[in-house]
Amino acid sequence: MTFTVEQRHLIDLVREITLKEIAPRADEWERAGEFPRPAFDALGRAGLLGLVYPEEYGGGAQPHTVYLAALEELARGLLSVGLGTSVQTLTIFPGFAYGTDAQRAQWMPPACAGEWIGSYCLSEPESGSDAASLSTRATREGDSYIINGRKAWVTHGGVSDYYIVFARTGDDGARGISCFFVPASAPGLECAKVEHKMGMQSSPTSQMVFDDVRIPVTNLIGHEGQGFEIAMAALDGGRLGIAACSVGLAQAALDAAVKFASEREQFGRPVIQFEGLAFMLADMATQVEAARSLTRAAAERRDAGEPFAKQAAMAKLFASDTAMRVTTDSVQIHGGYGYVNEFPVERYMREAKVLQIVEGTNQIQRLVISRALSRPS
Amino acid sequence: MNVVVLVKQIPDPANPYELVDGRLKRGVAQKVMDPGDEYGVEAALRLVDQFGGEVNVISMGPAAAMEAIRRALSMGAHKGVLVTDDALGGADALATARVLAAAIKRSEFDLVIAGVESTDGSTGVVPQMVAELLGVPQSTFAKEIEAKDSSLTIKRQTAAGYDMVECPLPAVITVTAGVNEPRYPTFKGIMQAKSKPVDTVSLGDLGLGGDDAKPTQSVDAVNPAPERGAGEKFEDDGTGAAKVADLLKQLKVI
Repeated sequence: MTFTVEQRHLIDLVREITLKEIAPRADEWERAGEFPRPAFDALGRAGLLGLVYPEEYGGGAQPHTVYLAALEELARGLLSVGLGTSVQTLTIFPGFAYGTDAQRAQWMPPACAGEWIGSYCLSEPESGSDAASLSTRATREGDSYIINGRKAWVTHGGVSDYYIVFARTGDDGARGISCFFVPASAPGLECAKVEHKMGMQSSPTSQMVFDDVRIPVTNLIGHEGQGFEIAMAALDGGRLGIAACSVGLAQAALDAAVKFASEREQFGRPVIQFEGLAFMLADMATQVEAARSLTRAAAERRDAGEPFAKQAAMAKLFASDTAMRVTTDSVQIHGGYGYVNEFPVERYMREAKVLQIVEGTNQIQRLVISRALSRPS
Repeated sequence: MNVVVLVKQIPDPANPYELVDGRLKRGVAQKVMDPGDEYGVEAALRLVDQFGGEVNVISMGPAAAMEAIRRALSMGAHKGVLVTDDALGGADALATARVLAAAIKRSEFDLVIAGVESTDGSTGVVPQMVAELLGVPQSTFAKEIEAKDSSLTIKRQTAAGYDMVECPLPAVITVTAGVNEPRYPTFKGIMQAKSKPVDTVSLGDLGLGGDDAKPTQSVDAVNPAPERGAGEKFEDDGTGAAKVADLLKQLKVI
């Protein structure tokens, strides 16, 4: 597919904001472990946080191909911001796809504008890949639900304004799960523990504790028991987001490697002229391009209204493995300079690892793909 | 208040430039709206936010200069005029000012805002010439702008500080880089820009002829400034301060 002139300008705008507002402060935010709220404010003001949603709810009514190209640009500057934008888009999805008109009108515009940052609470300390085993419970009491439990690996946990929470309303496995919108101000909701991660220090990841958190029944999204369906549908889209972030990160690592190898001279010439490194770079570039194409192809299926879960899983799997390989090779090409933090590539390598884990580990992606293969289509 | 902003599309200053026969090679380089013009657009948008009216963006240049107008429109400007004509290739400051003044006069205006100087040509005289040709007051180097009914007060940046300058409207002002923090285009702005009116006009449309575009100045040569040599180094063996003081005396600094 080709982008329109306006869509290209939009992607240029994202690149410009990334270069001017995000990249120059990336190291500072990472070292201080500071959540870059100003970056999200700027993205929200520019209209870049709700790109795929309808204009009447504050979105940009853009196809996923454009949204993912924008995410790629953000992740090139700082993965925390790219991934955070992907998560923000993910948290808007349940209300948009399964909510009532009133819920959409109330929740979507501030989220699309970046006035509210959202978190997605599915995983628990004991419930990761086996999401249907979650134990957080929501008990109906008159016009309220009372939520109790502990959620883990919550991106932006503690700094978010709202939480999309999956909790058990029945004991019937996956069919006993429901989806709720919980404002950060709800009494009893607390950030219990901020994780110390290998990378992405500027994106807080926390455990959130729900201790008799009372919300009105109007905050139920969809109907009781529909939560697991919502969670899985949201994750299909989330996987495309991770794939695009992976491509952006891999591109940044490739760009850094090409620059370094062109400038660094040994034995009297730039090291890029040595075949050992030149061929590594050729392989890296090829893998990045392949990952980008696979991601775009999956997004085009989604935009065309075709089933895309299998392709999204493939894109996430391939792109995040590519990001890991390309960032590792970029460190190798930098030699000793790759291992110190004056150059960004050691950060890229640390960041890449998480992409093989989030929104479904790459083992779960293989499970999704192989199950799709074994089903007659 | 109807505000005209003069903008220029220039080769991206972040990239290396190339000179051909003393003129900047404009064909190949990535081009951007002159960063100095973004302050003018922002200042205009703020005035119109405050007083109502429209922001009209005017540029002279090749067809590609439409990009600079589009950038201003996606920031929020209302309409634009692009003057483009093969006869304008190599136009100097006076020819440019004649063309811009003629384009400005086509519609009602209360204020014309320009950057202090273009980042590529750097003559820094076009806005003043435009003011003369329009027969309106000019007020330059604004680092703060305050508008009232039919007058304008600016803080005019000087080497020592600033002057307060008041002038009646309509007027031409130039703004410095510190005058404001220019906004980014918004996604909505980008989408709306394509439906905003932009006139593309030729010299003839402005009632001007080829003579008006002829340069009155010619550039014989352009050479890069000589590189600065290494400075003098004083090893401080206890007499460093005295040596530095002697040198400063020699240079009549102290």
